[in-house]
Amino acid sequence: MRATIEVNGLRKRFGSVVALDGMSFTVEPGRVTGFVGPNGAGKSTAMRVILGLDAADGGSALVGGRPYRSLLFPLRHVGALLDAGALQPSRSARNHLLWLAHSQGLTARRVDEVIELAGLRQVARRKAGGFSLGMRQRLGIAAALLGDPPVLILDEPFNGLDPEGIVWMREFLAELAGQGRAVLVSSHLMSELQDTAAHLVVVGRGRVIADTGVAELLATVSGDRVTLEEAYLALTRNAVEYRATGQEGAR
Amino acid sequence: MSTVTSYLSLLRAEWTKFRTVRGWVIAMAVAALVTVLLGLLSASGSHASCSKGAIEVPCPAPPLGPGGEAVSDKFYFVHQPLEGDGSITVRVTSMTGQIRLPDIEPGVRRVTAGVVPWAKAGVMVKDGLRQGSTYAALMVTGEHGVRMQHDYTHDTAGRPGGVSKESPRWLRLTRSGDTLTGYESADGERWTEVGTTHLAGLPATVRIGLFAASPCDLLVTRGDFGGSVGQCRFAEATAVFDQVSPQGEATGGSWSHDDVGVSTEPDGTPHHPGGFAESGGTFTVTGVGDIAPFVDGETVENTLTGVLAGLIVVIVVAVMFVTAEYRRGLIRTTLLAAPRRGRALVAKAVVIGAVAFVTGLAAAAVAVPLGTRILRANGNHLLPVSLLTEVRVVVGFAALLAVAAVFALALGALFRRGAAAVTTAVALLLLPYLLATASVLPLGVAQWLLRLTPAAGFAIQQSIPEYPHMTGHYAPQAGYYPLAPWAGLAVSGGYAALVLALAVFRLRRRDV
Repeated sequence: MRATIEVNGLRKRFGSVVALDGMSFTVEPGRVTGFVGPNGAGKSTAMRVILGLDAADGGSALVGGRPYRSLLFPLRHVGALLDAGALQPSRSARNHLLWLAHSQGLTARRVDEVIELAGLRQVARRKAGGFSLGMRQRLGIAAALLGDPPVLILDEPFNGLDPEGIVWMREFLAELAGQGRAVLVSSHLMSELQDTAAHLVVVGRGRVIADTGVAELLATVSGDRVTLEEAYLALTRNAVEYRATGQEGAR
Repeated sequence: MSTVTSYLSLLRAEWTKFRTVRGWVIAMAVAALVTVLLGLLSASGSHASCSKGAIEVPCPAPPLGPGGEAVSDKFYFVHQPLEGDGSITVRVTSMTGQIRLPDIEPGVRRVTAGVVPWAKAGVMVKDGLRQGSTYAALMVTGEHGVRMQHDYTHDTAGRPGGVSKESPRWLRLTRSGDTLTGYESADGERWTEVGTTHLAGLPATVRIGLFAASPCDLLVTRGDFGGSVGQCRFAEATAVFDQVSPQGEATGGSWSHDDVGVSTEPDGTPHHPGGFAESGGTFTVTGVGDIAPFVDGETVENTLTGVLAGLIVVIVVAVMFVTAEYRRGLIRTTLLAAPRRGRALVAKAVVIGAVAFVTGLAAAAVAVPLGTRILRANGNHLLPVSLLTEVRVVVGFAALLAVAAVFALALGALFRRGAAAVTTAVALLLLPYLLATASVLPLGVAQWLLRLTPAAGFAIQQSIPEYPHMTGHYAPQAGYYPLAPWAGLAVSGGYAALVLALAVFRLRRRDV
């Protein structure tokens, strides 16, 4: 399977709100692609459409050349972290990973491997309900890695992480990309992706504003203080709809 | 990787999900435990004893028929021995009777003339006089015309209509080996076969003769709270026979007569005796009682009265098994792992159904044998049923729990809200059952509830069938369901499948 995500002309409305307005981009293997844009830009919706949770009104989204819903053991192709809080509180972390593993025909050994990878060994048998947000993010990463997938889609993985966790996550993502995986990481804070993402897909109002390498983006910014943040703000200035939708948070 | 493997993986995943939430596992164990304990409690609270004068004695066990079922075998018999093959021919010219009316003044007996629908008189071949022994009989009845019956549970209809002097009925019953054949005629010349039957193990020497019996008069009235109440009043039937002609080896001697199965007063005199008179070839036989299945007593399913409490727990767990995922957003993770959404939900239904089935099987497999033992120890007579029926009650109970669990889970997936789904499941599954069996509704309404609602599946518990050739108060409150056991379960299963299909349809169409 090819380690790519191909999004082509995605359209999606929620009532009168246009969430995706012909969004197109491609995520290549071997690098971390940052998926950035202000709240309500359509990042989460695009990810849900790619993962078959939402149905698009138009356009296509393929992972490894195939629609997600056609995959028999999808977690072996795509690992995803959408909502780290989506856990049965009384189930232990290990058992959460165990049912996921069983659903993909994977064994308990693989569960123990990803527990190790995500640094959860000490807490694996504790109930997930007692986990901090940071621990939940790690558990979500472990779940995404279960099927050793060539494609990873992570929605705001830095949320709730302490500084140490942020450093860990950055290194971890870089390592995963270094193994040849396609890694798409969304964030509404550009700074989180600094030094991690090699490529950026900047979106606003349901469209791609820029699909560019980090270096190229920096080169376009003029002025004394050249930061990614400023380049990003310049790009998205016109795309921010203040208090307009709140889609990102509500769904 | 094949589709089958992926489906099996989903089943395994859902099972892992279920067993790793300790609360759900414990709740299912509690459901089984509650069912067993309530069943045993009700069994241990059920005592039976009979009085003989001032003394309390164990109640006499009802006789058992050749098929092992409890039977009534109480009638007046005028008989001769018959060795080998032979026959008896009679003409019935009259059938009358009397029925007792409720007392107006205490101690003053009031009766009215009349026969009850299943009053019966005619000719019979029987293996001796022991109650419960095998027999075949050809008879006229109060309202059901000529019938041929054998071994208590079997009944074949002949010509309809009653008898009178102007319109008598000739009856002939022949024995040839173990084959018994009944014929009827209006004039004694042109005969019609009513039925033929084989009585396995009928000895060479049997009793052949005339009989009369009358079951009590069943009066069903509206109860104080809106239900129906059955009341059984004494009735007797008197038949007049002539042209009596027994044929065969050892016949032709004098007639013996016995009040088979008559109950006695403490002083030894018979209570409601029958009678017999012969004058110039005309025989008048009066009988009380019935030759039919006996259905008053404890049944095996009476040990499963804890089902309601158990079902509520099962419903709650089944609903939570899916609504907990909606509540936490875990449903998205489930659908990421299984993007074929119908399969994901069906796998969930299969797992919760199987869990409920095992729970029900464990509960019934303990409650039925233990409960029946307690009932017997308390002096109750348990209506015997075949092993197959007992297995059906136990397995059917488990299947009922499974169907209820799938129904509840499907409602949970449809509503995505635990409280709404539990309320709906209880309202559709338990409430109709409660209303229908709690004697608050007219009989017809109660029966329709148990035909049309998901509660129809409770019919799977009924171990004693409704006998068409016996008047009875066949009401849900007495354990009689309007649908056959598996048909009832199929109705409930149909509802579960329908709601599950709706839930799958909705889950497929919507964003999550």
